[in-house]
Amino acid sequence: MFRLILLLALAVTLTGCAGNSSGQSWGWYVVDPRTTSGMNNLQFLMSGAWNTILLSLTAISISVVVGLLIALPGLSERKGVRAINRIYVEVVRSVPILVLILWVYYGLPALSGITLNVFWAGVLALALSDSAFQAEIFRGGIQSIGRGQYEAAQSVALNYRDTMRYVILPQAIRRILPALGNQLVYMMKMSSLVSVIGMQELTRKANELVVTEYRPLEIYTILVLEYLVLILIVSQGVRWLERRMNVSEA
Amino acid sequence: METGADSPIIKMNNVSKFFDTFQALKNVSLNVGAGERMVVCGPSGSGKSTLIRCINRLEKHEHGEIEVEGVRLDDSAAALDAVRKNVGMVFQQFNLFPHLTVMENLTLGPMRAYGLSKEEARARAMKHLERVRIPDQAEKLPRQLSGGQQQRVAIARSLCMEPRILLFDEPTSALDPEMITEVLDVMVELADTGMTMIVVTHEMGFARKVADRMVFMDAGEIVEAAKPEEFFTAPKSERTRDFLKKIINH
Repeated sequence: MFRLILLLALAVTLTGCAGNSSGQSWGWYVVDPRTTSGMNNLQFLMSGAWNTILLSLTAISISVVVGLLIALPGLSERKGVRAINRIYVEVVRSVPILVLILWVYYGLPALSGITLNVFWAGVLALALSDSAFQAEIFRGGIQSIGRGQYEAAQSVALNYRDTMRYVILPQAIRRILPALGNQLVYMMKMSSLVSVIGMQELTRKANELVVTEYRPLEIYTILVLEYLVLILIVSQGVRWLERRMNVSEA
Repeated sequence: METGADSPIIKMNNVSKFFDTFQALKNVSLNVGAGERMVVCGPSGSGKSTLIRCINRLEKHEHGEIEVEGVRLDDSAAALDAVRKNVGMVFQQFNLFPHLTVMENLTLGPMRAYGLSKEEARARAMKHLERVRIPDQAEKLPRQLSGGQQQRVAIARSLCMEPRILLFDEPTSALDPEMITEVLDVMVELADTGMTMIVVTHEMGFARKVADRMVFMDAGEIVEAAKPEEFFTAPKSERTRDFLKKIINH
């Protein structure tokens, strides 16, 4: 909450600059909620929030699962199995997200005949890109769990699946929670790139309004604040989760 | 050197184990009878931990044969099953699952590996917690317990799997001196129940009290195996005499 107050203070400071004459003058009227058109513009800008949230949450849900599935072969003792992990991670994380979005949306239909709408193309590209990073995060987390835990699991006759599910992953996930939070924040910001294929999320809405209102400074400032608020809420959520899970840390 | 009992539950024949170029076990042959209580001692690095870790296949031996309950240990599923069902292990570092309560530590194996219902597993767990005299700690997390209590939980966790053989890998070496007795007392009681026990320890008072046979290892070999009376009063080997002098002299 402290940070939200700071944020408001920042907004007020920016508004305060409105009167100065440094060449560029502010024109907050464009998003002034006291006028009908300003209110409409504000609502238009914020109407992209839901898509931004839905896009990034869907994408990260998928990338966490895929990342885990890719991390597991990376822990194998066999070189051939480990190679699956290495190749996936190295190839996927070398592709810029923007390039991947364009490739999935414009390239994939030509290749496979499957056409995805902008939302699912965006989800697929973001999830794919993030899964390589998730795989490395999971691998690191799982490798940080000592050998003794595996041996204890074996001594109470757990098979590989149960060992992972009940012993190793619950401990590993607690350790990688800060990194997962990082990825979620990163994902929310990168979702802005999906605007280039026409996804109606926060950035796209701002771009469209700039074209009709010609007030890029005010509108993009609002856009910055929108992301700031969204991400502060996400950060709070992650910290709350960390505190909750920390109850049973060793 | 061949030592053993008439109805062996464990047979080791010419077993060798290497860690890269270091040979941890050198042609070890040893039989352990059902219900026998064997104490293994020797200087650090002598191979005593490796010996018992080969018996439950936490380590794979390269040469020779090991049979547990008539099943030859190799990479087969049957071998792994025989070990998991018959052999329990108590570790130097306890290796409790830190994110689970004492009760959950005890019920995980029986529920997942043996398909016991939660009620059955809890009843069994309470029985063994009473046996190690900490039934009142059932809902606590391992980190809330003292080292001695944690090791007694670890013993109870092994007992919940109802093994025929229980291995102890220096169970009191990580404990503060005042907590060693409470763990040894539990082990003495256990010895009276007819459980087959192989205990790697430097606690010679315990050894004198419960051991049917003493085994002294040095440099990967069994140097001497004898009844405790003989072993402590008239050790045959010079190396055994040296070792006993060092650990009993204060």
